[in-house]
Amino acid sequence: MNKLLARLLAALTVGAAMLVGAPAQASEGGIHMDSFPLSKLHDEAALQRGAKLFVNYCLNCHSAAYMRYNRLRDIGLTEQQVTDNLLFTGAKVGDVMKASIDPKQAKDWFGATPPDLTVIARSRAGAGFTGADYLYTYLRTYYQDNTKATGWNNLAFPSVAMPHALWQLQGVRRAVFEEQKDPHDEHKVAHVFKGFEQVTPGTLSAQEYDNAVGDLVAYLQWMGEPAQGLRVRLGVWVLLFLAVFMVIAWRLNAAYWKDVK
Amino acid sequence: MAAVDKKPVTGAGPLNGVATWVDQRFPLVSLWEDHLSKYYAPKNFNFWYFFGSLALLVLVIQIVTGIFLVMHYKPDANLAFASVEYIMRDVPWGWLIRYMHSTGASAFFIVVYLHMFRGLLYGSYRKPRELVWIFGCLIFLCLMGEAFFGYLLPWGQMSYWGAQVIVNLFAAVPLVGPDLALLIRGDYVVGDATLNRFFSFHVIAIPLVLIGLVAAHIIALHEVGSNNPDGVEIKAKKDANGIPLDGIPFHPYYSVHDLVGVSGFLLVFTAILFFAPEFGGYFLEYNNFIPADPLKTPPHIAPVWYFTPFYSMLRATTAEFLLPLWIFFALVLALAFVRSRGGLGKLLSAGAAVVLALGFWALDAKFWGVVVMGGSVVIFFFLPWLDQSPVKSIRYRPKWHMHLYLVFVAFFLVLGYLGIQAPSQVGERVSQVGTIVYFGFFLLMPWWSRWGTFKQVPDRVTFHGH
Repeated sequence: MNKLLARLLAALTVGAAMLVGAPAQASEGGIHMDSFPLSKLHDEAALQRGAKLFVNYCLNCHSAAYMRYNRLRDIGLTEQQVTDNLLFTGAKVGDVMKASIDPKQAKDWFGATPPDLTVIARSRAGAGFTGADYLYTYLRTYYQDNTKATGWNNLAFPSVAMPHALWQLQGVRRAVFEEQKDPHDEHKVAHVFKGFEQVTPGTLSAQEYDNAVGDLVAYLQWMGEPAQGLRVRLGVWVLLFLAVFMVIAWRLNAAYWKDVK
Repeated sequence: MAAVDKKPVTGAGPLNGVATWVDQRFPLVSLWEDHLSKYYAPKNFNFWYFFGSLALLVLVIQIVTGIFLVMHYKPDANLAFASVEYIMRDVPWGWLIRYMHSTGASAFFIVVYLHMFRGLLYGSYRKPRELVWIFGCLIFLCLMGEAFFGYLLPWGQMSYWGAQVIVNLFAAVPLVGPDLALLIRGDYVVGDATLNRFFSFHVIAIPLVLIGLVAAHIIALHEVGSNNPDGVEIKAKKDANGIPLDGIPFHPYYSVHDLVGVSGFLLVFTAILFFAPEFGGYFLEYNNFIPADPLKTPPHIAPVWYFTPFYSMLRATTAEFLLPLWIFFALVLALAFVRSRGGLGKLLSAGAAVVLALGFWALDAKFWGVVVMGGSVVIFFFLPWLDQSPVKSIRYRPKWHMHLYLVFVAFFLVLGYLGIQAPSQVGERVSQVGTIVYFGFFLLMPWWSRWGTFKQVPDRVTFHGH
């Protein structure tokens, strides 16, 4: 019996390892995703700065239609602070975050309705990266591309419909590509990204910009599931309780079963 | 028995009076005794025997959390996605209830697969427990239906396109297929009508059937008695009072025993629920956080993990695989033809080979894919008659039988893994081999399960006291 159990466990471990190594959903191909600085999720100031960036730069075109303004309490803002600093659209503090733009017009202008951003961080995870990693990479890989209608292109999301909303902060950058011959096949030429080149400076330095995008993505990640912090904290207590319960159940069982011969 | 003939209830303390009053009008005491305090279960249950009671626990979790979810969920194509997010954000503790339900769905399949594997290990489906097994298989079918209908309700991209793909499978049925698919959808594409009927099936129709089947499963089990890891019939050896020598009352011995299993299960269940409710995209798929969009097909549509072994076999059945598949079935039928003694058996196996040959020639791979997928589930029903081994338990069967089980399990897992992945050349070949192994395991069982040297089954169960 024990041998069987051990063998089965071994088989299951191999299976689990295969699952972990494999994506649950096929990757879309493309670039390596940078890691989102996770510590920002536990930094209230960063989340608040992210909320400010979100309201100022994203909410004009994108909605967060399942997110209420007063939920910002959870990241340390009072309703008064929210009303004074973050309410621009004439909404009440108990309302959900609607976009300023008319979705129909947005579709005409950009060719696609800007997606709702409430759970965007949850939907963009993929093989080997979280949704936050994706967003953190995406918002930092915009470059000028005059072949596109908006004048912008993106490495993480090629031919994206959205222009670079944060360009004033980052400044204008160009992407440098190099034609490289495939070492295994002479007839193949790969279009390899070599790096960015700053064309005009933004109001933030490169490091400040990364930091600001980190704040914004932290906010988006938090907004995707406002209960996530509570969930983890509560989980610790639940597991502790169950561990104690298991000991009691185990001893109770032993006490009853000592009669069974 | 007339009410006056019944003895007053003792042992219920201050409730003796009430219990007596009820017992004279309702078989309270006899139900309690038949199913708990005087239901004698073998004393040698091991780890594998936890999963039956755990399945019951998960059923209760699903029903209770489901009731609360329905209070806030809106089965309307325009409101469904938003109402789920409303539950996750604005309903107090809604996120906990929803995660319990979504994690519970996967947990249900995990415990049920392990429960079924236990049956396979110890021959729990063998005479006289065939009906216990068949009720169990029907429960499994209901569970699959429940999971499929329920998965549409969050109305995300995977919900929508998963349902679209599966409903389209019914269109492969000859003649009535397209009409059948239309009947299921209630529309030409998956839409509001589909969502409403799936909601109805998910919260009313299937749960009703499911609960009835669970009751039948347990009643049938308690009629014939539980099997055990030794596959010994404990009722064959009874003491002077007619109590099996190797039996112990289910309550309190197994009720406290199952409590240990429950605590272990809940530790794993809550760890997933609180720390990784998406479970890396396997329990909650990332794409499902995008609202359903009938105009935008996702690049890769994968069912949730518990369906993927069967889905893999559907995908493996390509046009070029039809011939190897027919050769395989023909070989199995040829074996049946040679081995069957009666003329009827020979006639049936020859007839089946001809029908299959005509079918493979006349009908396309899509239809056969659906048949293969359906067959891979339905074949479980026949296990009690496919297994012809002289002993029930794997403990007394030749060692290579165990190895064969492990190969089967390995292929089941590999098929599941491939079903999640995007289609690939290698994956297709491997899943075709897996399909043959899967069906070979079952269809050749009448022969292989008899081969080898079997050990002597003891008279009494193996048990070492604590």
